[in-house]
Amino acid sequence: MTTVLDKLRSGREAVGERWHHAPRWVRWVLLAALIVFFYALPNKEFYQYLGPIPTPGANFTQVLFTISIYVLLAVGLNIVVGFAGLLDLGYFGFFAVGAYTVAVLTSPSSDIKTLWPWLLVVPIAIGLTMVSGVMLGTPTLRLRGDYLALVTLGFAEMIRIAATSSTFLKGQRGFNQIPHPPGEYADGKPFFGVLDARPYYWLVLTLIILVVIGVRNLTHSRVGRAWISIREDEDAAQLMGVPTFKFKLWAFAAGAAIAGLAGALFAGKQNFVNSQNFELLNSIIILAAVIFGGSGNIVGAIVGGGLVAYMIERFRGIELFGIELYEYRFLFFGLVLVVMMIFRPQGLIPNRRRAAEFKDRRKEVIVGE
Amino acid sequence: MLLEIEDVSLLYGRIQALHGISLTVAEGEIVALIGANGAGKSTTMRAISGIRPIASGAIRFNGEDISKLRADLRVRRGLCQAPEGRGIFPGMTVLENLDMGAYTRRDRAGIAQDLDRVLTLFPRLAERRKQHGGTLSGGEQQMLAVGRALMSRPKLLLLDEPSMGLAPMLIQQIFTIITEINQQGTTILLVEQNAQQALARAHRAYVLETGRIVKAGTGAELLHDPAVKEAYLGVA
Repeated sequence: MTTVLDKLRSGREAVGERWHHAPRWVRWVLLAALIVFFYALPNKEFYQYLGPIPTPGANFTQVLFTISIYVLLAVGLNIVVGFAGLLDLGYFGFFAVGAYTVAVLTSPSSDIKTLWPWLLVVPIAIGLTMVSGVMLGTPTLRLRGDYLALVTLGFAEMIRIAATSSTFLKGQRGFNQIPHPPGEYADGKPFFGVLDARPYYWLVLTLIILVVIGVRNLTHSRVGRAWISIREDEDAAQLMGVPTFKFKLWAFAAGAAIAGLAGALFAGKQNFVNSQNFELLNSIIILAAVIFGGSGNIVGAIVGGGLVAYMIERFRGIELFGIELYEYRFLFFGLVLVVMMIFRPQGLIPNRRRAAEFKDRRKEVIVGE
Repeated sequence: MLLEIEDVSLLYGRIQALHGISLTVAEGEIVALIGANGAGKSTTMRAISGIRPIASGAIRFNGEDISKLRADLRVRRGLCQAPEGRGIFPGMTVLENLDMGAYTRRDRAGIAQDLDRVLTLFPRLAERRKQHGGTLSGGEQQMLAVGRALMSRPKLLLLDEPSMGLAPMLIQQIFTIITEINQQGTTILLVEQNAQQALARAHRAYVLETGRIVKAGTGAELLHDPAVKEAYLGVA
């Protein structure tokens, strides 16, 4: 059993090695092919040849949009959890702030009736989410340990309960007729319509690529070094002159901003936002996705977010012995996570640094015994 | 005086860890702080580097009161600590760790120069430059912690138990290097359980007992003090 696992492990590491040692142009070509693949994916003419990959029980293009939102969220949460090492259990709360900002400022069912266009509200949503992140982070990030996890958990619940019970946020009735993103075809039909989810998916995919480029640059800078040092040893980081509080707050705000963007995109696509969209479970799923994929690694977060969201949707419409598997999706999801944490606690595609940290911690445990 | 600590008290919750400690470090000195486990040596270090806030008293560095200054700003003033034990970044390579030491600096030429200096002081680190910090041996990690602190080009280097957990040969080596660093012009405040070595190398020393300074003198004086001998040197 272990030898098989070891072989698997070394096999995967060999792929990683090969990637790192491949000539630059090979990597670029592969990356370009991958990007083209994902842009082509929502077209039926393309995905019908992909065998069991498309989801039988749901419109595959719609599912792809959901997956892309999860991937964007995972990339954002990875900054907070993966890079700065801050445990955020209420990340979806920021997504809700983004979505509700758009809903309140654009929907005709809103009390204030500003009816602003979607595109104008997106930066406002991102800004407000960032502010809420800073407000939440300022008192809590000075503390160490589990406080942050608890406060973020409380925050997400507060947002959800406020959405459910405040008349201003409309509870279950929600906000309707939220405008779509702008843009028209040559014949005057809107580019972002009601039935076709492809344009939204392409939009999110493009934004994911931009965000990933931004995050990558950030992590290779002094900011990234500061985050990693805080995650590895906060005291030591401080002793080296890293203003730890400031950088933790930055990580938190950056993560929140990305969630706000995702929320704004979601609202623009759905056209309707109500309090049922923001269950606590979503926060947990995204956190699980980041850890599953390999926290601290952007590619890991993307793969984790994509796979987890896909797995959940893939169960839809499958019947086994008369049981609708979709009903049990979280059971399977939990099972996969448990197995994962036993055999590969660092995630599917961990970052090399992170893997070394894990080894170090394991050593500490052994020494401690 | 480069560092002056005046009547500093520190609390961990309700427990008082330091009861009005005063000590000084002059430029160019090696000063040792010795004492048993739990005497408050590391706590004193934390108070100086700003990781723990002090309850009362004053800490002055280069004439400036830094009692309430943030830890990272103290590093910029020229005060850098090599933390006790495993204070290195396990997931970073040796070079990345050393690079973190120079986090507050932007003078590339100076950093490169100091990197050379550190790698000459610790040839072992040069051999392992691409290795992750977490995979080094205890002695190598200790060298890395000292080398990393030197990368900030500190006026005052704080060393917390540099000999902890090391083999006797390595302890000798580390203390030789500490003396060398001092001779190159860095002032050093050293916390040690290994009183013998620390007193032999230090210009002056303080003895700490349950959060109070009970004795002070030159290294040689304390080395021959009967009470110190009995309590810390294991000879009657």
